[in-house]
Amino acid sequence: MNKIVKEIFSPSMRLTLLAVLASFIFGGVLIAFSSANVQAAAGYLFARPGDFFIALWNAVFGAYDALFRGSIFNYKGSSALLMIKPITETLAFATPITLAGLGLAVAFRSGLFNIGATGQIVFGAMFAGFVAIKVDAPVGLHFVLAVLAGILGGALYGALVGYLKAATGANEVILTIMFNYIASLLLAYLLKTPILQAPGAQNPISEAVPESAKFPFIFGDQVRIHSGLIAMLIAVALVWWLLNRSSTGFQFRALGHNPSAAKVAGINIGLTYVLVMAVSGALSGLAGATQILGTEKFLTTGVAASFGFDAITVALLGRNNPFGVLAAGILFGGLRAGAVTMQANQGVPIDIVLVVQSLIVLFIAAPPLVRTMFRIKAQKGGAK
Amino acid sequence: MKQSLRTSIALAVLSLIGLWLWVGSTGAVTKIKTATETDIFALPDFAIDTKISGAVAFVLMAAVAIKSFYFARKLNKKTPLWEILIFGFAMIFGILISLFAGATMPISALLSGSLALAVPLIFGSLAGVLSERVGIVNISIDSQLLAGAFISAMTATLSHNLYVGLIGAMIGGALVSWVLATFSIKYLVDQIIVGVVLNVLIVGLTSFLYSTLFAENVELFNQPPRFDRILIPLLGQIPVIGPVLFNQTLIVYLMYLAVAGVWVALFKTRWGLRVRAVGEYPKAADTVGINVFRTRYMSVMIGGALAGLGGAFFTLGQVGAFGKEMTNGAGYIALAAMIFGRWNPIYAAFAGLLFGFAQNLQYGLAIIGSPVPSEFLLMLPYALTAVAVAGLVGKVTGPAAAGKPYIKS
Repeated sequence: MNKIVKEIFSPSMRLTLLAVLASFIFGGVLIAFSSANVQAAAGYLFARPGDFFIALWNAVFGAYDALFRGSIFNYKGSSALLMIKPITETLAFATPITLAGLGLAVAFRSGLFNIGATGQIVFGAMFAGFVAIKVDAPVGLHFVLAVLAGILGGALYGALVGYLKAATGANEVILTIMFNYIASLLLAYLLKTPILQAPGAQNPISEAVPESAKFPFIFGDQVRIHSGLIAMLIAVALVWWLLNRSSTGFQFRALGHNPSAAKVAGINIGLTYVLVMAVSGALSGLAGATQILGTEKFLTTGVAASFGFDAITVALLGRNNPFGVLAAGILFGGLRAGAVTMQANQGVPIDIVLVVQSLIVLFIAAPPLVRTMFRIKAQKGGAK
Repeated sequence: MKQSLRTSIALAVLSLIGLWLWVGSTGAVTKIKTATETDIFALPDFAIDTKISGAVAFVLMAAVAIKSFYFARKLNKKTPLWEILIFGFAMIFGILISLFAGATMPISALLSGSLALAVPLIFGSLAGVLSERVGIVNISIDSQLLAGAFISAMTATLSHNLYVGLIGAMIGGALVSWVLATFSIKYLVDQIIVGVVLNVLIVGLTSFLYSTLFAENVELFNQPPRFDRILIPLLGQIPVIGPVLFNQTLIVYLMYLAVAGVWVALFKTRWGLRVRAVGEYPKAADTVGINVFRTRYMSVMIGGALAGLGGAFFTLGQVGAFGKEMTNGAGYIALAAMIFGRWNPIYAAFAGLLFGFAQNLQYGLAIIGSPVPSEFLLMLPYALTAVAVAGLVGKVTGPAAAGKPYIKS
């Protein structure tokens, strides 16, 4: 217990918390600034300053209260189920974000800037969806096949980038950006052909995923928590083991540290590029599989949502450390879940989440800035 | 050392795509419409035989590809650049002829549409060039474009003045690039991280303000006037390309100046030499008395201002109002154009034109109802970029110090 307390009050943890706090304060300023009531009250600020501050408080508190009720615990809920439902929504959002974030963390640690989580999620969802909907298999096996197909789809798409980089020296940032667009367009096309489109459907939408291929629900079908969450937790542990305890992971990190040194040390650089991208893509592919087989149930063009870019910020915020990524994934999952309630109840546009998210990453990346804001003196030599 | 077959393979793959389009083309002739309203003398529309001219294009492409294999394997030489250019023209010609088979190809409309799509890409790639040449990796071009679009719409509406809008756009773009520069130079944050995060931040900020502030007061904030086209006498009357290049808005003319200006500034002035020195070897530059930090801030922010102008083209040049996420990822394509153009403003501008052309093709084809599914046409610019980056460009190396913060010792 003491250790945990120490960890929370350690300088780096304190800076992280302050960075989050600063981002929420900035978000609050933005909410207040855009609130019609606050604007009206500001018009007669000097006549009745009280009104202004009440309006300010109502706007900001209302928004963050809704965020809390939408993401953690709804104390206004009419039943116990409705009260705890928000936290389950948070975890439902956190599952794909964390998985894709883990994938990116593996790539970033290996010195590959993979921006292609979106494309890899789409490929994962496409492969998983195809096997789930179009392939018949006995119960039990069907689910396993569909998940494996999703992992394979993401891995192949990732490995293709790794291969191109190894064979031609092409820049992986550009390749992955282009591959994101290509994957999304390919999905849009396939959803208009009989390969994926539901028979008779007018919209680009697939048939429903059959029961035999779904991620089983953990707490009944009232809440959207499915066993993809467990898969995600296992993936966190596996990635930690891969990066910190396996020799493959050592090669990955060596490549990230210094490719030339890694090459001299006898590491096959080309093969490692392919492997890194395959593992990275596989995790994003699994994220796609949890979306289509767990949360969404239909394959649509929006399956990757903004998870690909959330994953980048999550990996950066978690400092490419699997447990850090998990924490960041849950935080951002909460922001996503809460923002839905915030928009519905308070009329605060969901885009505020993007602002808060990106500010958190920026502030955490620049500790001196946070120290200046909160007037903290820098410790010399990083006191423990 | 043996020459790599990379380029040859890329050319062969593209030739096969050309062959596939040629075989798949239906319709015997392709009509070409060149006339526009401003011509002094209008060329008549003419028709060419699809199969024969397509075959000519394909044979040219195949010849270059085969020769390239021969060069690489037997003579151990690189394919000369001019042959790749011939290949490129043959490919574009062949693709157009095959896709518009049995229909009329409005060549001027296709070209001017391409230019319109290319303008933000070119401005954006200039921002990238200026930033990376001085050693700061610029992933945040998209946010600079978006900030320019947003602020130009707002300032032009508030002031009812287009020029104020342009200045606002430049300030907006420069502001975003200032954040990029500050975090990279002062706080030593990884430049790619700052870039990606800035993109998210600006999308969030502009979308948020758009849904709240703009949505409630459209006529107060988001109804800017629009630039009129200015026809340049004589130049604008050259058939086909005249109206495309010289009957444009002020922003497009500014773009021509910017491309030339950046090239001159980078390669023909003392300032440019300093910029490049800082981007290649900041320590050496510092040793001879160049202020590394100030040079970096300057160059990055000038780039940001230019990207802001590119953003203003979306609002003041085209649509006439700001829309959510209206850059639609143009900044990422601009980044690709910059790398494709090897960090040279003029090459980058041509790369931007090529991407604009590829993106515009779908609109031209949508009108005639091409059998190729629209998704594949939309994919074309991205697929071409991927093939080009992997095959033709390969391992390009940017400025040596790009991405590395300079710590003065």
